[in-house]
Amino acid sequence: MSCCAPGAETLPSQSLPSDEELLLVSRPLGNGLRQVDLSVPNVHCAACIRTVEKALASLPGVEDARVNLSTKRVSVRFEEGTVPPVTHRLATAGYPAHLAEDVAEDGDAELSRLLRAVGISGFAAGNIMLLSVSVWSGAEGATRDLFHFVSALIALPALIYAGGIYFRSAWNALSHGRMNMDVPIAVGVSLAYAMSLYETITHGPHAYFDASVSLLFFLLIGRTLDHVMRNRARTAVRNLARIAPRGALVIEPDGERRYRPVSEIESGMRLLIAAGERIPVDGRIETGASDVDMALVTGESRPIRVEGGASVRAGALNVTGPLSLVAERRASDSFLADMLRMLETAEGGRAGYRRIAERVSALYAPVVHLGALLTFLGWMAVSGDWHRAMTIAIAVLIITCPCALGLAVPIVQVVAARRLFEAGIMVKDGSAMERLAEADHVIFDKTGTLTLGEMRLTNADAMKPAMLERAAALARQSRHPASRAIAGAVGDDWGGTLTDIREVPGDGIEGHDADGVWRLGRAAWAGRDGAGSGTVLTLDGIEKARFSFEDRLRPGAAQAVAALASVGPVEMLSGDTGDACRKVAEVVGIAAWHAGMLPSDKLQRIAALEREGRKVLMVGDGINDAPALAAAHVSIAPSEAADIGRAAADFVFMKGSLDAVPFARSIALQANRLVRQNIGFAIAYNVVAVPIAVLGHATPLIAAIAMSASSLVVIANALRLGFTAKRPVVSAGQAIQREALA
Amino acid sequence: MTMLVYLIPVALFLGGIGLIAFQWALRSGQYDDPDGAAERILIDDTPEDPI
Repeated sequence: MSCCAPGAETLPSQSLPSDEELLLVSRPLGNGLRQVDLSVPNVHCAACIRTVEKALASLPGVEDARVNLSTKRVSVRFEEGTVPPVTHRLATAGYPAHLAEDVAEDGDAELSRLLRAVGISGFAAGNIMLLSVSVWSGAEGATRDLFHFVSALIALPALIYAGGIYFRSAWNALSHGRMNMDVPIAVGVSLAYAMSLYETITHGPHAYFDASVSLLFFLLIGRTLDHVMRNRARTAVRNLARIAPRGALVIEPDGERRYRPVSEIESGMRLLIAAGERIPVDGRIETGASDVDMALVTGESRPIRVEGGASVRAGALNVTGPLSLVAERRASDSFLADMLRMLETAEGGRAGYRRIAERVSALYAPVVHLGALLTFLGWMAVSGDWHRAMTIAIAVLIITCPCALGLAVPIVQVVAARRLFEAGIMVKDGSAMERLAEADHVIFDKTGTLTLGEMRLTNADAMKPAMLERAAALARQSRHPASRAIAGAVGDDWGGTLTDIREVPGDGIEGHDADGVWRLGRAAWAGRDGAGSGTVLTLDGIEKARFSFEDRLRPGAAQAVAALASVGPVEMLSGDTGDACRKVAEVVGIAAWHAGMLPSDKLQRIAALEREGRKVLMVGDGINDAPALAAAHVSIAPSEAADIGRAAADFVFMKGSLDAVPFARSIALQANRLVRQNIGFAIAYNVVAVPIAVLGHATPLIAAIAMSASSLVVIANALRLGFTAKRPVVSAGQAIQREALA
Repeated sequence: MTMLVYLIPVALFLGGIGLIAFQWALRSGQYDDPDGAAERILIDDTPEDPI
């Protein structure tokens, strides 16, 4: 056991991946070994690394296990033909693990390309600067020409390799008729190089090799940091437990059971779904009875009783009993796939968003380029010397080259993303932060977002302790959310015993003692007359106690709603019943709510708001929310959300509490303010620098000083974001306790 | 000024060594797990077979 083994942040009851699933995702290495990558979110320190690696290495069949702390993953190599109980071993060591999503290889390739470019441009910038200092301090004649010539040689590979990133991006933007920050950078850098080369050949005094290469170096550092931060957030999101199953146990026509990946399941196949597993495809139940939890599918908070003949949808969780299922549609035609299609068409609106940097550069580039052209024409008119006019015009371009402007936005967003990351909030990309700052209307989903989708017993105090303890003794045998709530309401120090306890899936639990037969479950099953509704405890069919439940609120829900009132109107859209919605809406203080919403209804509501010109912030978690999350101007999902919901959201927050939403909003607002300040500063700098350049006084020394100084000011300003108040991180456990006491 | 003939190549050569060392470190995976590398130094097990 180590210092940081299981924490309060661990979410309850995640089922471990099965051996078949493990084998399915492992890949052969060719030398009689297979490798599987698992995500282990709880590793934090050296002691954790040692515990995990030792625990795994001691398993028979395991060749080698290596933890990567940066990505919080462990790679396990094991011998072909065996499946070591890896996940079980990790869970008992206090590190619950789940199968990691595949790391996109190109993401890492991009990072090493950026790092290599930083290395090359750093090397070039350092050496050229060394030579430039000699020139500035008075090298003359042949020596100066030699230094310029050597600089040109060093700058060329840096420009081709490191500058290539900007040239490609600029070309890409221009060929699509757009403008981005990389266009003026690419133009400035390449013109500076061309002119300096000409100066070198004609033995001129001014060469700007240092400016063009150190500009690339600075900008690449910003770009690399940005990439690292986003990669980190992406890995953290990918490390979350995958909720959709990767496969299912299929009963073949010859009676054999085989575990097949979801993509191979055809309609008409017979599947076995154990209690605790998710249903992979839409289907009809053949035999068995159970309760299915549809919280992620429709937003209904109570499990629904199902038996032979009933249809179930992909994504529903089978809670109590095993089911045998006939697949009716393939995974690619299932409910999940319908949502994916709806999601793809919904994303059109957001693609039209133009980032602030793009908007600024669309104004900035023409102004600067036009200014340079006017300078050239002006000097031609005044002096008639085209070489001199050209030199000064290019100096204007170099000194206005948007070093500060190129860093103004990414640096702020890197600092902001880091602050959010520390608070357990992942940002998918920088534009999400800008969009969050713009939002002026908030929509919440209910089940799983405002509430935790877990039940809580509300009338425990009004009940006889003896009855409650009996009920809890029965409830402990079941995984049904209502049973868990009852079992959680009392301690387990009851003296009596019940014998022959058995669970009747879909109905309840039964046990015997000297008094007779105790039943806990649906009133229609447990009571003698076979009628009534609700959850009851009966002795020989006579009702002894009646239980009422409510959905447990997510910690910080009411506070978050109150805090978001400053953003704009707050409303709630849910697929659940009106009754359940009203209760939650009253407690958290939302006046506007709609119940019984289908995914398409949510989508229409958002579309209607966007037509009115509102910018919607959507907070939701379910499969049914995914299209709405994609359609909204900006969206946030909790980490327990369905895979597809997480993929559609711009932000994903961990640590349970809903205060993440107002916190993210406040960081986004601050970041927005700093971005505007930085852009304002960059423009102010140009207002000062341009006249100097236009009048022909911009020497390479002045250009280098102005450029570095403005970059440093912009970076220092961005770092101010690091000194603001922290998110009061409350772990889910503590907050629930507090709310229970209140 | 003839010493420049030596000094410039020497400077470039030394810088180049740094650059190549960086590329090598990058390629051999030393930047794959910076957090882990920082923590592993604290694990005081002696490896059973010395590397």
